[in-house]
Amino acid sequence: MRAEVLIKKFKAEYGDEIELLTEKNYTKLSNIEFQHKISTEKLSVAEFTGVLMPSHNDIITLKLKNGYNIGVKIDEKTKIVVVKKKEKKIGMLRNIKHLKGKPVISLISTGGTIASYVDYRTGAVHPALTAEELAFSVPELTEKYNVKAKVLFSILSEDMKSEYWRKLAKETASELNSGADAIIIPHGTDTMGYTSAALSFMLKNLTGPVILVGSQRSSDRPSSDASMNLLSAASLSESDIGEVVAVMHGETSDTYSLIHRGTRVRKMHSSRRDAFKSINEKPIGKIDENITFFQDYRKRNKGKTEVNDKIEEKVALIYFYPGLTPEFFDYAVKNNKGLVIAGTGLGHVSSDLIEIIRNAKIPIVMSSQCLNGRVNMNVYSTGRDLLNAGAIPGEDMLPETAFVKLMYVLGQTKKMEEIRKMMTENMVGEISSRTAID
Amino acid sequence: MNKEELKLNKYEKLGLKIGLEIHQQLDSSKLFCECPSKLVDEYDYEIVRGLRPTQSELGDVDRAAVEEAQKKLRFKYQVTENNCLVETDEEPPHEPNKNAVNAVLMFSKMVNAKIVDEIYFMRKIVIDGSNTSGFQRTALIAVDGKIDDVKIQTVCLEEDAARKISEENGFVVYRLDRLGIPLIEIATAPDIKTPEQAKEVAEKIGTMLRATKKVKRGIGTIRQDLNVSIKDGARVEIKGVQDLKSIPDVVEKEISRQLRLIEIKNKLNERKAKISHEIFDITMIFEKTECKIIKTMLEKNGKVLGIKLNGLSGLLGDGENRFGKELAGRVKAAGLKGLFHSDELPNFPASKTHKSMQLVNWEVCPNYGITENEVEEIRKNMKLDVNDAFVIVVEKDNIARNGLNIILSRAEECIKGVPEEVRRALPDNTTEYMRPMPGAARMYPETDIPPVRVKKEEIDKIKLPELFDEKIKRFVEAYKISFESAKQLVAQGYDEMFEGFVKKYEPKIVSRVFLNIIPEIEKEEKDVSRIDEKMLDEVFNALKNGRFAKEGLTAVLCSMLTSNIGVEEAIKNTGLGGLSEKEVESVIEKILEEKKEFVKEKGKNAFAPLMGLVMKKLRGKADGKIISSILKRKIKEMVSE
Repeated sequence: MRAEVLIKKFKAEYGDEIELLTEKNYTKLSNIEFQHKISTEKLSVAEFTGVLMPSHNDIITLKLKNGYNIGVKIDEKTKIVVVKKKEKKIGMLRNIKHLKGKPVISLISTGGTIASYVDYRTGAVHPALTAEELAFSVPELTEKYNVKAKVLFSILSEDMKSEYWRKLAKETASELNSGADAIIIPHGTDTMGYTSAALSFMLKNLTGPVILVGSQRSSDRPSSDASMNLLSAASLSESDIGEVVAVMHGETSDTYSLIHRGTRVRKMHSSRRDAFKSINEKPIGKIDENITFFQDYRKRNKGKTEVNDKIEEKVALIYFYPGLTPEFFDYAVKNNKGLVIAGTGLGHVSSDLIEIIRNAKIPIVMSSQCLNGRVNMNVYSTGRDLLNAGAIPGEDMLPETAFVKLMYVLGQTKKMEEIRKMMTENMVGEISSRTAID
Repeated sequence: MNKEELKLNKYEKLGLKIGLEIHQQLDSSKLFCECPSKLVDEYDYEIVRGLRPTQSELGDVDRAAVEEAQKKLRFKYQVTENNCLVETDEEPPHEPNKNAVNAVLMFSKMVNAKIVDEIYFMRKIVIDGSNTSGFQRTALIAVDGKIDDVKIQTVCLEEDAARKISEENGFVVYRLDRLGIPLIEIATAPDIKTPEQAKEVAEKIGTMLRATKKVKRGIGTIRQDLNVSIKDGARVEIKGVQDLKSIPDVVEKEISRQLRLIEIKNKLNERKAKISHEIFDITMIFEKTECKIIKTMLEKNGKVLGIKLNGLSGLLGDGENRFGKELAGRVKAAGLKGLFHSDELPNFPASKTHKSMQLVNWEVCPNYGITENEVEEIRKNMKLDVNDAFVIVVEKDNIARNGLNIILSRAEECIKGVPEEVRRALPDNTTEYMRPMPGAARMYPETDIPPVRVKKEEIDKIKLPELFDEKIKRFVEAYKISFESAKQLVAQGYDEMFEGFVKKYEPKIVSRVFLNIIPEIEKEEKDVSRIDEKMLDEVFNALKNGRFAKEGLTAVLCSMLTSNIGVEEAIKNTGLGGLSEKEVESVIEKILEEKKEFVKEKGKNAFAPLMGLVMKKLRGKADGKIISSILKRKIKEMVSE
């Protein structure tokens, strides 16, 4: 017997309060005599009363009055009695006043665990869809700032695609041009670095900061990092920065957040709060009660924010590994208009692949799996051979940033020499010609 | 009616209902990671976190969560060697520990409870900081069990909270070593009718838990919470009752506390008391005060704020269950250091206890020196009537206001009677306020842990442990030891080792080592924890092979412990090397030779006095039985010469 069949049969719905009756052989005790034993073998009727929750297979999930969920196995004899139909949700009402003289923040939501709230009846986590709902999860936000919120899309971080980047860039520019002092983009953390790089290349003359912010602990938890990250991000609306940045926890403690440049930021841990690091440069700054800048940054532009969202989608990012076959590599070359390789060390791949690179008609950019440091293809003969074959050194760019940049560059030009020039020159802080020692 | 019945009658009239909640640590690694479940004295580093209450979609925040948030506390977590990213809330939980799940299933079966078919871990919101995540993970595993005529409502598996170390400068400091240790939580229905019965049921649950052999032993591994209510009172949860013996007294004290609150309620209703919510700033009254506490706080930019408690005069400060103490408990929970109230300040009309001149709370300060004049000024300022009381606090403005608002809401509750709340048991068996009773909205599913399917076959496979009563009975019958010895062996947890040894060695001797010799050695302040199974086996084996006599057990074990040596060396060192029968004979012969006259005179009756003499020389060197039989034979021979 499947749960959904039974639920249908007794005309119950998730959220209803029900009584569940199943016959059960509960008490098969061993031959040791318990003082409190009732009987040795007894067929009893199990009765559970609770709210019917989404159920699966042959298990009915009930939320009991004491708050616990339990799973009860069902069979043909199981009966459901609906005690009380579910109540209609009451919407949240909260008046948000316009605060004179306070910055206007436009919040463009893309999904992800940040800016969501939990339905305690079902345990489902919903995104906060309106400013009102967001205000509900982080009340300080609407006490200090004028927040406009909209949900552009509601997707998981890993489902992000380049077409979403373009939409997001356009929306961002439009919000800035209609008076927002800062844009906050709640984003899933897994691909936040790609999106921040894409926005960095697509948006020109920013009139305010574009801040990607995420959370590593979902916002339904009291320990969530979402509220601190959001509030830190919001505080940037009062600064003069005009760059695409990511703002996340600086350490495992809830003490400060770091501002990372959009083209330099990378998620370096699967679960820690301080997973996000600036690679190959210091973070732009730190936010606690104050904002402290560690290095130069671009200031807000006066005038209008512009968008250049022309990109080439057929670009691939390949992680080199020992034994990568020429056949596999060749397929990637033939089926794309550009390729970024995360090579070993200073920027190498097996010499078996060099001929394919030489014959390729597409730009092939080399970056390093080391992430930290710069590619230098003059040191070893393989590197020199790769350069001779036409590989473009990606300097100290992150592989992901190089990948996004190549998409952008291919959207601008098809001329190989221009592509080579654009890929090796700094555009928006993704490349630096010198790296300081920490 | 006999005495027992009279007592029962008394509690019946009170409408006393008691429920128990027992938490026992299980003997496995942590519930959701592989860290050892051990407490440690040191920590490696500290991290700082804050927690925020979460809100449900209906907009109702859990009231316990809100109250914790009002305290606006931040937390320091001491991370120890027994922690990983899971306890620091930096990594999702791993799958629940199987041994822990099995232990709970076994107990559930023992109390004949209905075990669920699928286990769901839930997140129970707790934002006092004791869980880094802001929730405790807990799963309901079985319902509707029974022990005697007390219903076991629920059997749960949950993770233990972090250990509170201290409170400092707005931080609550916790150590993470305890966080995540698996706990079985057993909750009875409020079926318990007398304080004494509460103790008995708790004891029984304790023995059954120990019988599973899957629980930790020792101080701090088991915690008892009580739910107590009386007619016209309210359900009050008392956390952390230290030991079983104090349960009846804690219940009695809670009964009187509730009775007192009911009495206050009745008085207030007579006086038609109402609570006004005005907060008075009376700092100016104390500009030149001699009161040290106030002076110091004012120097730190503090303020003196006060509230009027209409109709409460005389009710704050007298009797054992002073209402002032209730208020103090609340503000303490809100992070305030103390309060002054009118019943304990000088020359206020209704004051009876001004001689004691004490702060009503934990901080005793006999010379606080608030003058009559100042009290008079306060009265004028707040326009107090003769039946009205006041409370003043001195603190930074926002902290003081927060505290006074809490007192006002508590005062409002007292017009209604006894508030439902969670209280903490103190060493003197009284209790203090901890937090309001948590609402039902505080649980939602832990989505990081997949549900655990419990198959019927798995439950059938669980072999129930022998209960202690049965084991004791069996020990008496099978091994011919006394009932008392059997009981002690089981109660002290020696039962398994005992059964192992008696396969090879004499039960009476094994039992004596556990119950007499080891405690004797312990009394001499030797570290008996070093005595292990292997060491005992060596000793028993040497004894069995006649290497020394059983009278030498204490000396040999002692020597092994102090000098950290093997049994052979210990026998040598103690000079207790067993004598052969021939050697024993010659010693006895020598003594008899000396006492020849005596033997001739007394005949058989010479045995007893001579035995003493012989034993002096031979104790521990040979078995007493052998000595006595040789002595008897030799006396006989001598007499018949």
